[in-house]
Amino acid sequence: MSTITQLKAPADYWETEPHHHPEGASTNIGFWVYLMSDCLMFAVLFATYGVLHGNLAAGPGPKDLFDLELVAINTAMLLFSSITYGFAMLRMARGDQAGTLKWLAITLFFGLCFLAIELYEFAHLIHEGAGPQRSAFLSAFFTLVGTHGLHVTFGSIWLVTLMVQVKKFGLTSANQRRLMCLSLFWHFLDLIWIGVFTVVYLLGVI
Amino acid sequence: MSYVCRGPDPLGGGPIYTPPHATSSGEVTAHMRILPRLARFIALAPAFLALSACKLEVLKPSGDIAERQKDLLLASTGLMLLIIIPVMAMVVWFTWRYRASNKAATYKPDWDHSTKFELVIWAAPLLIIICLGALTWVGTHLLDPYRPLDRLSATESVPDEDPFRVEVVALDWKWLFIYPEQGVASVNELAVPVNREIEFSLTSSSVMNAFYIPAMAGMIYAMPGMETKLHGVFNNGGEYQGLASHYSGHGFSGMRFKAHALEPAAFDEWVDEARANGGMLDRPKYLELEAPSENVKPMTFAEVDPELFDRAVNMCVEQNKMCMAEMMALDDQGGTGLAGTINMAQLTYDKNIRRGLARPVFGQEPFMVTSFCTPADSVKMFADLRQSQPVVRVDQTPMRGIALPRPENRLGIGMPRLIQDARHPTAVEPQL
Amino acid sequence: MAIPTNVETTFLLGRLNWDAIPKEPIVAVTFVAVVLGGAAMLALLTKYKLWGYLWNEWFTSVDHKKIGIMYMILGLIMFVRGFADAIMMRLQQAIAFNGSEGYLNAHHYDQIFTAHGVIMIFFVAMPFVTGLMNYIVPLQIGARDVSFPFLNNFSFWMTVGGAVIVMASLFVGEFAQTGWLAFPPLSGIAYSPWVGVDYYIWGLQVAGVGTTLSGINLMVTILKMRAPGMTMMKMPVFTWTSFCTNILIVASFPVLTMTLILLTLDRYLGTNFFTNDLGGSPMMYINLIWIWGHPEVYILILPLFGVFSEVTSTFSGKRLFGYTSMVYATVCITVLSYLVWLHHFFTMGSGASVNSFFGITTMIISIPTGAKLFNWLFTMYHGRVRLELPMMWTIAFMLTFTIGGMTGVLLAVPPADFVLHNSLFLIAHFHNVIIGGVLFGLFAAINFWWPKAFGFKLNQFWGKVSFWCWVVGFWVAFMPLYILGLMGVTRRMRVFDDPDLQIWFIVAAFGAVLIAAGIGAMFVQFGVSIWKRNDPAYRDVTGDPWNGRTLEWATSSPPPSYNFAFTPVIHGLDAWAEMKEAGASRPKADYIPIHMPRYTGSGVIIAGLCTVFGMAMIWYIWWLAVVSFLAVVGYSIYHTFNYDRDYYVPADEVREVEIARDRQLAKGV
Repeated sequence: MSTITQLKAPADYWETEPHHHPEGASTNIGFWVYLMSDCLMFAVLFATYGVLHGNLAAGPGPKDLFDLELVAINTAMLLFSSITYGFAMLRMARGDQAGTLKWLAITLFFGLCFLAIELYEFAHLIHEGAGPQRSAFLSAFFTLVGTHGLHVTFGSIWLVTLMVQVKKFGLTSANQRRLMCLSLFWHFLDLIWIGVFTVVYLLGVI
Repeated sequence: MSYVCRGPDPLGGGPIYTPPHATSSGEVTAHMRILPRLARFIALAPAFLALSACKLEVLKPSGDIAERQKDLLLASTGLMLLIIIPVMAMVVWFTWRYRASNKAATYKPDWDHSTKFELVIWAAPLLIIICLGALTWVGTHLLDPYRPLDRLSATESVPDEDPFRVEVVALDWKWLFIYPEQGVASVNELAVPVNREIEFSLTSSSVMNAFYIPAMAGMIYAMPGMETKLHGVFNNGGEYQGLASHYSGHGFSGMRFKAHALEPAAFDEWVDEARANGGMLDRPKYLELEAPSENVKPMTFAEVDPELFDRAVNMCVEQNKMCMAEMMALDDQGGTGLAGTINMAQLTYDKNIRRGLARPVFGQEPFMVTSFCTPADSVKMFADLRQSQPVVRVDQTPMRGIALPRPENRLGIGMPRLIQDARHPTAVEPQL
Repeated sequence: MAIPTNVETTFLLGRLNWDAIPKEPIVAVTFVAVVLGGAAMLALLTKYKLWGYLWNEWFTSVDHKKIGIMYMILGLIMFVRGFADAIMMRLQQAIAFNGSEGYLNAHHYDQIFTAHGVIMIFFVAMPFVTGLMNYIVPLQIGARDVSFPFLNNFSFWMTVGGAVIVMASLFVGEFAQTGWLAFPPLSGIAYSPWVGVDYYIWGLQVAGVGTTLSGINLMVTILKMRAPGMTMMKMPVFTWTSFCTNILIVASFPVLTMTLILLTLDRYLGTNFFTNDLGGSPMMYINLIWIWGHPEVYILILPLFGVFSEVTSTFSGKRLFGYTSMVYATVCITVLSYLVWLHHFFTMGSGASVNSFFGITTMIISIPTGAKLFNWLFTMYHGRVRLELPMMWTIAFMLTFTIGGMTGVLLAVPPADFVLHNSLFLIAHFHNVIIGGVLFGLFAAINFWWPKAFGFKLNQFWGKVSFWCWVVGFWVAFMPLYILGLMGVTRRMRVFDDPDLQIWFIVAAFGAVLIAAGIGAMFVQFGVSIWKRNDPAYRDVTGDPWNGRTLEWATSSPPPSYNFAFTPVIHGLDAWAEMKEAGASRPKADYIPIHMPRYTGSGVIIAGLCTVFGMAMIWYIWWLAVVSFLAVVGYSIYHTFNYDRDYYVPADEVREVEIARDRQLAKGV
């Protein structure tokens, strides 16, 4: 460090040839960073749930409320949707637009099923008087699971948007990049759900 | 009360304190303290001299805990000044020495590394922080507000008696003090015997607050639904300021009180007076008192519902409301099942409403969980909760290694305590 | 007593009605002044037909330099507001003695100290820091723009949206009366039923989205857009500190966002996260908010540490001493800043072991910080120190910040904190580091990079007037607060009963007046410099007025939209100093077309809709909330259908710009 840097010829200090940053080169890493920040939001929710899950306010607890079979079906829906998204990406890699769209549609179907089952679960709990206001445990439960559900909702809206765009503009490099990002997002939600399933449902009932 | 200092004694070290002037509230014991050497050195520093005319309560306290907190404050300042002063001198010196117009100074534009210097600039702060860290660890444990006192003052040990207990509730916006042994209570006025260990149990009825008597000991939060503890002692009688030191809303500025440290006889007199002129503080009266009010004049109560403080901590002063303790016990058993969704009652009681009338716009009406306990159950529950643990005090005899000589107190304040502490590192840990 | 019911709401306006307009004379007069001033400004803009120019050249711009400048302007405007709050507080505390209630009632005063904190941190320090990074970082790494230029524009407008929401609270409704971190239960619906806390929440949420996105953007920019040859350990120190700052942003702002969402749910839905009853835990909020809050402190100060490094090395005419240890120190601080949050509430009763752990981790941070200070010192050592304004601010910083650092470590000793927590000593401490560190650093940066941004230097005389007013004013204003803290005086007090305290508050108020003079002098400095910008004494034709060392000085002042006609190639630290030595300052070659992002109005529109959404939520205007939310989603989708987002600057245009610059250089030298 202390030695003086060996000076180069003047021409070596500037790049006079056209210099290309490949388009969208930053998108992938940028999206990863975004996902990590989103992950932190979930971390807060998990931590909150960890702190509050025992505070039932003399109300119902996880064992009284959760229906593991329903949750198992729900988990299966989300896992299937991840697999089908994977198939869509494989089709995309082959440049098969129709195939990609088909698998995306199937993914959307599973995603919507997931949401429907979750909404049913929520409605059922609220109907029984175990709404988010009843206790800190229920507040944390509804918020953690609900935030995940909201993410899936936005993922679905995004998915529809992308399907329209692929249909309209084809599998252009921009669209491929977008599909890639959504794919990351979708699998990320899957991972979060595994966490929810384990921490909230399994540990709650067992 | 006001303190007057004679100013520093240039030879003898630190300022010599004249005893606080006798105040309206009564007599005062003269109390000479020997400042630790390091602190004495700091006290000589000009900055502090300039300030000695004003009443720096934090630096001239009247309680042993605050005194030791101050010692630690000064010792840490001194440790840091060891590096701060040279750095500041270097800033000025280098600016002057290497000013652009001074062509005589060495100029080495490419000099940017020196392993020796780097070593020093990382090691010097590190060493100081190691010392300070040790001081911190020991000091924090010794002066932990949850810890029963290990001495009344530098010269007096704690007599073998229970501490004087005061229960404190932060209300909107005044302080309620309950004296369980005397069975009296006061608002915005604290009276305690001088030279006796005091154990404060604190809670709050609505929002967070902090209880602080600068002359006695540091502050501690008072929080709703929780109980915090603070131990302290007044070594000098007198009238001291007490205050809320955590912003709590509209009437916060007026949430101040006088703390009277009284000789035993005077204290008994105070209690008698309270018993003579004051009503009963029962649960309905407490709920009335709890409603927001500002700049409340001191008042006393002749009698107090013995369950009141426990109920305040457990947030079940209201009729039929389930106590936190009961709730937590039920929660530990996994709640009350789906049936638990119906043991609720509308909260008809409105201490919540400070300024407007509000509930969450999409939420339910405020509700409370109703209690399953009978009055007899409650009495038993509170009795169980009261089962206090025996006071464990720190052994005052210095610990000795088998082969080590008994340490001389060469290092001033830190050393002997450090050794004691190693024996009881976790003498009393708080239970929140 | 009656069961609580809600305030009357109407379908059209929610809970907004005439009662929401504050009637306090101070606010009313301010309101009228702002309305008149605003109307006059709008009229002038219309008269001189500046709307089109502003919209096309600035508001819709994705140029990181213009966005950076807009951030600085936002910061400056909000700074005036925040300072007005400060001086009102100083005045109130100076007169509220001997039974006097002062001139502010509790409702007003409590809003003022809350707003002062919120505005100074979120809408002054943050925009300043973000603006600085936005302007300088791409230039320093030899990039043409940031990684996501549209996102950059959107982030800026979200920050503006947040600022608009907070400012609106002054004139419609009220602001929070909770202190700047809105601790529950006080900030819960039961104790703060009206709109104040909702303004706080939505203002911070809207701005917070912008901050997070901008953090992601700059972080990726530094990772991906560096000029060829610039390895991580060849990045300028300012870029390094910005990098760490953006890591901190990305890794801490989501925590704030989520914490505020939970508070929102408590307030709107009646959940029980932070309530007293039904199992909620207010202590959890305090932990969560400080898990964001402490890194936030370093988010603010780290970039300025970078500024001081650049300034010290430039004005000492020397390479920075100990670059490597500087970088490691920065990284240490970044990591450690997550391990200290509990020192903000030692007095909550966490127990001695926990408290001493967090106390000691806090002290450990002072080691790398100390190392940095020594590095600056040894940069001056054997240098030729030119006492220009940026260097003066740097020296003032070193002298001021060390004291602030010392009192900070003092507060990290838990037993000492037990007597000083929440006192004016604490207030003095953090103003000592934030003013002495962040603001002095910003003033150094403004004086340093102003010529780069605008092509002319700042006036020296008024700069020095401002400097001395500020430095002296700072000490006069805050030394008394240290003393008052040692007298056991708590923060956020509105009236006092001990007359002995008054003199110190009066001194502090006088200090605030001196600072006001410093701010005034700074505006005069800007005005005079702009007035005389074509004067040769001010004009910077070289693009390198200070004999700089890093790449931003390699291009013209102000830089062309594309920053560099040719991409620089980096071989070592202090790239531009090395280029100058090698005689490689300007390449002569055939110009090539340059790939640039297109301007777009989407950022302004989406951020505007988000602001409307925030306001609708605050006032319970549900129809508007639904409409604006759908509009945000809809417009965002619409925006993604625009694939035509970039263009090439033709080689001819580049040639013209560069030839003009050649002429300018020839004339100037």
